[in-house]
Amino acid sequence: MSTATTSLRSRHLLGISELDPGEIDLVMQTSHAMKEVALRPIKKVPTLRGRTVINLFFEPSTRTRMSFELAEKRLSADTLGMTTSGSSVVKGETLWDTARTLEAMSPDMIVMRHAASGAAHHLAKITRGSIINAGDGMHEHPTQALLDAFTITERKGRLAGLTVAIVGDLVHSRVFRSNALLLTRMGATVRACGPATLMPPGLDRLGVQVTTSLDEAVEGADVVMMLRVQYERMQGLYLPSVREYFSLFGLTPARLERAAPDVIVMHPGPMNRGVEIDSEVADGPWSVILDQVANGVAVRMAALYLLAGGDGEEARA
Amino acid sequence: MSLLLKNVHLVDPVAGRNGLFDILIEGDRVARVDRNLPANGARVVELPTSFVVTPGLIDIHVHLREPGQEHKETIATGVASAVAGGFTAVACMPNTEPINDTASVTQFIVKKAADANLARVYPIGAVSVGSNGEQLTEIGDLRAAGCVAISDDGRPVKTALLMRRALEYASMFGMPVIDHCEDPSLKGDGVAHEGAASGLLGLRGIPGIAESLMVERDISVAEMTGGHVHIAHMSARQSLRAVRDGKARGVHVTTEVTPHHFVLTDEALHERGGYDTSFKMNPPLREDADRAAMIEGLRDGSIDVIATDHAPHHADEKAREFDHAPFGIVGLETAVPLCFDRLVHAGVVTLDRFVDLLSAAPARVLNLPGGTLKEGSPADVTILAPDAAVTIRAAALRSKSKNTPFDGWTLKGAVAATIVGGRVVYVNEDVVGRREL
Repeated sequence: MSTATTSLRSRHLLGISELDPGEIDLVMQTSHAMKEVALRPIKKVPTLRGRTVINLFFEPSTRTRMSFELAEKRLSADTLGMTTSGSSVVKGETLWDTARTLEAMSPDMIVMRHAASGAAHHLAKITRGSIINAGDGMHEHPTQALLDAFTITERKGRLAGLTVAIVGDLVHSRVFRSNALLLTRMGATVRACGPATLMPPGLDRLGVQVTTSLDEAVEGADVVMMLRVQYERMQGLYLPSVREYFSLFGLTPARLERAAPDVIVMHPGPMNRGVEIDSEVADGPWSVILDQVANGVAVRMAALYLLAGGDGEEARA
Repeated sequence: MSLLLKNVHLVDPVAGRNGLFDILIEGDRVARVDRNLPANGARVVELPTSFVVTPGLIDIHVHLREPGQEHKETIATGVASAVAGGFTAVACMPNTEPINDTASVTQFIVKKAADANLARVYPIGAVSVGSNGEQLTEIGDLRAAGCVAISDDGRPVKTALLMRRALEYASMFGMPVIDHCEDPSLKGDGVAHEGAASGLLGLRGIPGIAESLMVERDISVAEMTGGHVHIAHMSARQSLRAVRDGKARGVHVTTEVTPHHFVLTDEALHERGGYDTSFKMNPPLREDADRAAMIEGLRDGSIDVIATDHAPHHADEKAREFDHAPFGIVGLETAVPLCFDRLVHAGVVTLDRFVDLLSAAPARVLNLPGGTLKEGSPADVTILAPDAAVTIRAAALRSKSKNTPFDGWTLKGAVAATIVGGRVVYVNEDVVGRREL
């Protein structure tokens, strides 16, 4: 019997690829404790009092940024935000120099979203504090996968043995990569589905099943996770039209009939209604999309807490 | 001033010599090669028996960055790096600022190289004005100023028609057209080889066929025109197949491979915390099947030349996100150890073939003097210590830039000394000691 993991090995959260199942379990357990905070009349605990967290968002973001800010505030951290517009980045400062400058102010943690894959890894090499990757290019979005796993576990009681279909623009999706890594690591079966023009190389190495048929992907699935397809992909050589995309890959109530009777439908947001998902599905009884948003705060609180040196046992007490 | 290399192990495949010889150098030429030559007043140099003496190594693909990008490299620092790497001559690509598309730029390079007075520098002129792919440069003029080949390196020769006219026109001067083969639509904004590693790391990919499609185009055009096309920095196994087919049909196609493409693969992108920009180059590090194919091409002779694609970049430029860092690594000072360790000591090639790949063939491809130490040849000599271990230290490189992925690697095979035009221009004291050479 292995002993339960009570802390994270790395001081950074760069990607799911660096977490082992015990650590993923630890984040899940800690998230439960954190979720309880949101049910209190005063939704604030002193856990990170005196700690400074900088939110660096080099790409537009609403839900992830707000979710992190709320998580930080509920843990009583001092938070600062920086977005690209109105910052020195506009004046041509490199990420390296921005990081060094912020580093000189001794933050305890930096939460970063950036359009370049590996940007968080780059930052982690030069900072003393913890880096939380809030999405790096087409690479990973670890807290999204963690909150998705938490949401699935809440509904299904487990991850192992479940069949999860992930559908959409796989090649450009950091949500897909992080989820595929996490779910396969935790014993779920992942079906990766999307148009052949939007399939990344190396899917065999991820250990996922691959199909271009939505019906095949959905057949008997316990979870269907739809990915956002950006409109700009509809105009180049990836896809001929929105209309055809929806007819081939759009999730409708009719197509969901093939899934397990208690299937849940997920979407990391923001949704394109009528492109990858029918409104009837998005707002229907299968949908846990708003649960994902609510759980995002708890999971991010857990991540911040654990990276700050928090202990899993203590959080549960 | 005469120099007698006494009873040294000479490897000179062009002259058919591989054994112990005396080499008498008078002035800037090789005067005699024989056994038991009298000194007759020449300074006598004796070497440890493990050392090997070869015709000066020639790197036909380097970027010296001057004029215009002197923060990365200058001609002076570039040739200092060359001789420290055992190269007695280099051919420099035209993608400077301004581009080497007129005789005046060529003359500037020739003058700077003469001032530096270390390795010989052979400029390569642009195929098209501004390397824009629209209009042929004054190739005759470039030739007269000292250019030995033409290339739009950094970019592919834009169209099949331009390649046709370039091959036809350059053939009048016996110059090859060197092409950086890459289909722009398939390359897109890719930054790494399209494969499992790029897929897992979320990096935009460049498939191997982005290269081979254009290699196939070039070979077809060379076949029709009878011109000589040289494929720069070949990296994809599909390209090698096309080159083999072309050679079998009698097309005048030659090709080069860089040490990094036969030593490293795209799996390196996972190393050192991931996304290390010293593994970012174009063509990208490809997968193991490609690397193995390059080794096979070196073994069976389908690859003619080893060239480094020495591409210096300032540390600030490389300290960027992987997407935004420039392509390229320095190569002049790491080539000999890598080739010895991975090719000669690994049993892939013989010493004769090593000398052919790094000296004789480069001279043949660009019609340069050198590549042999026959009597009357330029006295360009490289002295190698095949059994000496070298640890590569980026900070200690002579090049102005330190962007190498091989920092900290220990390899077997070192440069001991370099002689250009009868003059000792580099001595590696770690190998030779402090004695005079």
